Amino acid sequence: MTSNKSFMSRQELLGILVVSALLFIVMPLAMDIFRLNLFGKYLTYAFVAVGLVLCWGKCGILSLGQGVFFGLGGYCMAMYLKLESSTPEATAIQSTPGIPDFMDWNQITALPWFWEPFNSLTFTLLAIIVVPAVFAFIIGAAMFKRRVGGVYFAIITQAIAAILTILIIGQQGYTGGVNGITDLRTLKGWDIRTDDAKYILYYVNGALLVGVLLLSQIVLKSKLGRLLVAVRDQEDRVRFSGYDVSNIKIFVFCFAAVFSAIGGAMFTLQVGFMSPSFVGIVPSIEMVIFCAVGGRLSILGAVYGTLLVNWAKTTFSETFPELWLFGLGGLFIAVVLVFPNGLSGLYQSYLAPLVDRVVSAGKRNSRTDAAPPPSSGFGAETTAKAAE
Amino acid sequence: MNTLNNNTDFLLSIENLTVSFDGFKAVDDLNLYVDENEIHVIIGPNGAGKTTVLDLICGRTRSTDGSIKFRNKELTSMREHEIVREGVGRKFQNPSIYEDLTVFENLELSFPRGRSVWGALTFQRDQDVKIRVHEIAEMVFLNELLDKQAALLSHGQKQWLEIGMLLIQDPELLMLDEPVAGMSVSERKQTAKLLNEITKGRSVMVVEHDMKFVEDIAHRVTVLHQGKILSEGSMAKVQADPNVIDVYLGH
Repeated sequence: MTSNKSFMSRQELLGILVVSALLFIVMPLAMDIFRLNLFGKYLTYAFVAVGLVLCWGKCGILSLGQGVFFGLGGYCMAMYLKLESSTPEATAIQSTPGIPDFMDWNQITALPWFWEPFNSLTFTLLAIIVVPAVFAFIIGAAMFKRRVGGVYFAIITQAIAAILTILIIGQQGYTGGVNGITDLRTLKGWDIRTDDAKYILYYVNGALLVGVLLLSQIVLKSKLGRLLVAVRDQEDRVRFSGYDVSNIKIFVFCFAAVFSAIGGAMFTLQVGFMSPSFVGIVPSIEMVIFCAVGGRLSILGAVYGTLLVNWAKTTFSETFPELWLFGLGGLFIAVVLVFPNGLSGLYQSYLAPLVDRVVSAGKRNSRTDAAPPPSSGFGAETTAKAAE
Repeated sequence: MNTLNNNTDFLLSIENLTVSFDGFKAVDDLNLYVDENEIHVIIGPNGAGKTTVLDLICGRTRSTDGSIKFRNKELTSMREHEIVREGVGRKFQNPSIYEDLTVFENLELSFPRGRSVWGALTFQRDQDVKIRVHEIAEMVFLNELLDKQAALLSHGQKQWLEIGMLLIQDPELLMLDEPVAGMSVSERKQTAKLLNEITKGRSVMVVEHDMKFVEDIAHRVTVLHQGKILSEGSMAKVQADPNVIDVYLGH
């Protein structure tokens, strides 16, 4: 392991560079725009998975409701886009022109008050960050200050995901109901449905993801990062070392929520709609599986895990639609039983020593000692840390 | 209850402390005082309420009645981390250390700086921290093992590490719950030496079963039985007390 003083070890820098090269060069060259757009959609889930690494992998807070935050971000974006495409001219055939079509279908005659601010793009971009952060803060403060944790917390987040889905579907006139908010066309007059726009959005998405990875890296390399692990392992010891554990948990939960929301907003932009099917229990659990497959201790692993599972999902459900769910279940069981640290764990055990040798070969003179051999079992955390 | 104007010269004064769990009084109307620079040992049979007393002082368990004053500040209404910041450190019975982190990181996290979220995010591992960590590691016999993962330490070394994690906070009152349980004879001797050294400039409260060890370190001994004080005083006095021999030492 390298010193914690440096922001990134050579391995970690290499990892970020490889991901960037994959996102910005390899994939755009290898795929047509239809596939690339699909790939971009998968990448939006990676935001959630990276958040889960911090929240669940590092700090031990299992949230089965990250879809809530993904949805909040996605809906904020969708509300703005929907208002922009609902000009009086475009909706002239409605009985009340100038409001979103689904409102008109539900006999609503004026724009609801909470939709009004979403006429502003600045407000919308702020809301994508602030709304989920505030919501996560309220949940976190209510739970963690009362020392609710572990399974109970997971169940409550799951319940919140279910409640939000029911609320969205039930309030059809305000939310678009089960269909969600569809038929989104332009962003500040810029048509987001063209191939060019899809390319640009894909790159923006990739850049944001790399930004989120770097931000996570900063947190994990700070003392706070080690504190997260400490809270997971010995919560009481942290508390009796003078830290307010609930504040640490609230922070990391909000942090993960904001990541998810950014992913959700980019999802809406790239896919062109948002619906409750990305908010509820099933997508929330799927997101945890993405994270687990990639390795819940590694932010890069989470990205690869998300991509792998989604690629498999698309491929298999195109060929054997009825078998996919069994495949997903089998994958999850395999992760739990065979490789608990996911892809990053496998990488650490088999590939990392090789890579390390190559990377350190160039710098041998300045290094006094060789890299320590990867330890197994107890050393899982140490080795996983190096993976980041 | 009027506890406003009974300030004392003691570092810690526990008065009329009671805690009941569903009617069972684990600690019953207890009065206990700890002087500055004193090693105060609490002994007693299983279930006497020894660990509960430590839990009450550090805020892990809430009292039903009574007061705990540390430097004349009431602790019973404070939250755990606030009590720690007042200068009370607590070591648990089983070594509770961060197994996935190195010895250095364990000590660093206990260094009393950057305890807020923002503080932890902007914390710098500067010269002060390094010097202090090395100093403490030297004291608890772990200076050769700073880069070792804590999970790989022996049981005795883990106990020392936790003591070190408390020392780096420089508490005025240090509470140790069975610090030598599970230690080898030589580790026990080293720990006794360590305790005599770290008590300079601070008070230590120890819960312990090992009578030989208690004899080695104790300035004052309190014998608890069913949540009440059975006897108090020097080790020699307590050992000669017929009540104590009857319920505890005799067996």
